[in-house]
Amino acid sequence: MELRQVWTIAGRELRESLHNRWLLIYAVGFTLLAFALSRASLASAGYAGLGGFGRTAASLVNALLLFVPLLGLSVGAVALAGDRERGTLLYLLAQPVSRAEVFLGKALGAGLAVALALLTGFGMAALALSLGGSGDPVAYLALVGFTVLLVLACLGLGFLIGALTRKASAAMGAALLTWLGLAFLGDLGLIGATLTLRPAPAALLGMLLANPLQVFKLGAIYSLRSTLDTLGPTGQYAVYRFGLLLPLLLAGLLLAWAALSFGFAYLFFNRRRDV
Amino acid sequence: MQDSDESGGMAVTITQPDGEPKPPVAGGAAPVMLQVERLAKRYGQVQALDGVSFQARAGEAVALWGSNGAGKTTLLKAMLGLVDYQGAIFVAGLDGKRAGKAARRQIGYVPQEALYYDMSVQATVSFYAHLRRADAERIPVLLSKLGLSEHARKPVHALSGGLKQRLALALALLSDPPVLLLDEPTANLDARTRREYLSFLLELRRQQKTIVFASHRLEEVEVLADRVLLMEAGRIIQELSTEQIRRRLASDIELVLWVPEGQRRQAVSILEGGGLAAHVNGRGTVVVRLDAAQKMQALHLLERHDISVLDFETEKEHSWN
Repeated sequence: MELRQVWTIAGRELRESLHNRWLLIYAVGFTLLAFALSRASLASAGYAGLGGFGRTAASLVNALLLFVPLLGLSVGAVALAGDRERGTLLYLLAQPVSRAEVFLGKALGAGLAVALALLTGFGMAALALSLGGSGDPVAYLALVGFTVLLVLACLGLGFLIGALTRKASAAMGAALLTWLGLAFLGDLGLIGATLTLRPAPAALLGMLLANPLQVFKLGAIYSLRSTLDTLGPTGQYAVYRFGLLLPLLLAGLLLAWAALSFGFAYLFFNRRRDV
Repeated sequence: MQDSDESGGMAVTITQPDGEPKPPVAGGAAPVMLQVERLAKRYGQVQALDGVSFQARAGEAVALWGSNGAGKTTLLKAMLGLVDYQGAIFVAGLDGKRAGKAARRQIGYVPQEALYYDMSVQATVSFYAHLRRADAERIPVLLSKLGLSEHARKPVHALSGGLKQRLALALALLSDPPVLLLDEPTANLDARTRREYLSFLLELRRQQKTIVFASHRLEEVEVLADRVLLMEAGRIIQELSTEQIRRRLASDIELVLWVPEGQRRQAVSILEGGGLAAHVNGRGTVVVRLDAAQKMQALHLLERHDISVLDFETEKEHSWN
């Protein structure tokens, strides 16, 4: 594999992604939301005497749980399927490049684009917090780290969808369904399973960890509060069972989600020779 | 490269990088640049390629001729490693299966309808030049030779079909590859642009490029090809010289007959009864496909059966489509 080829393709993908109107909408929306949440939390902190940073971060976690998967899934889904539908993928693969270089270049470019969009939002939120004289830089950086891992996992799932579909519209539809499944149906399913099966905390924790969004939520809350008491017995069990290794485990799980989804996406992309 | 533009368009003379034109091909002495052996490809139930074998030497232009679905584009895609296949393909001695990337480095590809990313002409050329490891100094030369310099800052989507096709050729030539694969290269061009494009391809053939191109156009084949591989249902059914294919196509004409509406079906039955292929087309005329020498036979046949022919015209059939 030639890194020069990978970087060339990644650079082009990054430029194109930055012109992607969906990415721009997400980036601007997330930036405005992050900034507004920060300002609002600081304002209410002054009034009620509550910690502004904790409020901001908790509000951000909820916003991130909706924004980030949608961003990763949609950008990833059209990165491959859109190129295939336009015919540009065929022309690209007719050049002296390997499929691995094309895949890696596109994944790297799209990853940099979504990371840039998120970091812009986080930067604005950080600016608002620093203006208010509030903040816990370590916890904030941990939140940023978990968010980047989540967007990578969702980007990988998007690439997997794109590798399995021919048309960009079908890929986008499948990405939205996946987002609905992870963000809403997963929660509802978990509540239903808890009510009907009454699983032990260990089993419930296992079910939680099967959804990357829940993994992110656990990681983000733990980073901000160093406890998962808000999640009840399951959260207490997780902290009791894994102790200080919990953040590493959660980060590792998100990394595994990213690695597996990108890995399977590459397998399907490589196996499907007929462009 | 040196310019000898006669038409103000893109007729050019290109010499090798060392400035010396290569000598003409002497018989079969030129090296084999492309070798295809027992190539087979199946899409589901459809056998797209079925035991295709041929070779092309340096300086040779080979036309792939056949109707839609004959397998021409699939053959080109297989040579580029874009589809899986059974059999073997060697490009400049490199096995397409084992060394696909290196083999593609020897190939410049011009698709029927070139599709580009949303970038300027200059950015597009730079992007593919990086991928092809082309010398940066070659870019302005190629853009100039192909009449694209003044369009360099324009977004690619703003170019006309002819300019896009020139750009495709510029990209194919970036790394000066010895083999060119062209899929219906002048299909979307007007007559003048087509002539200019063909003259450029002729120059490339004189430079010892191996050119394999899929085509429907007799003009293209007559001007460019050394030989023609006639394809049908994924097979090469015949290898013809350009003269042979010209004679073969020249004899086929379509006789278009204006017949009163009430007699059209009867006219078709009579013509078919006389052994001629006839049908009523969408305009309501009766169309007879026949050898040029049979024109009068068709008209006499209808006259004998009291079918009124109000008017007629003949059209040349230059393709099987």
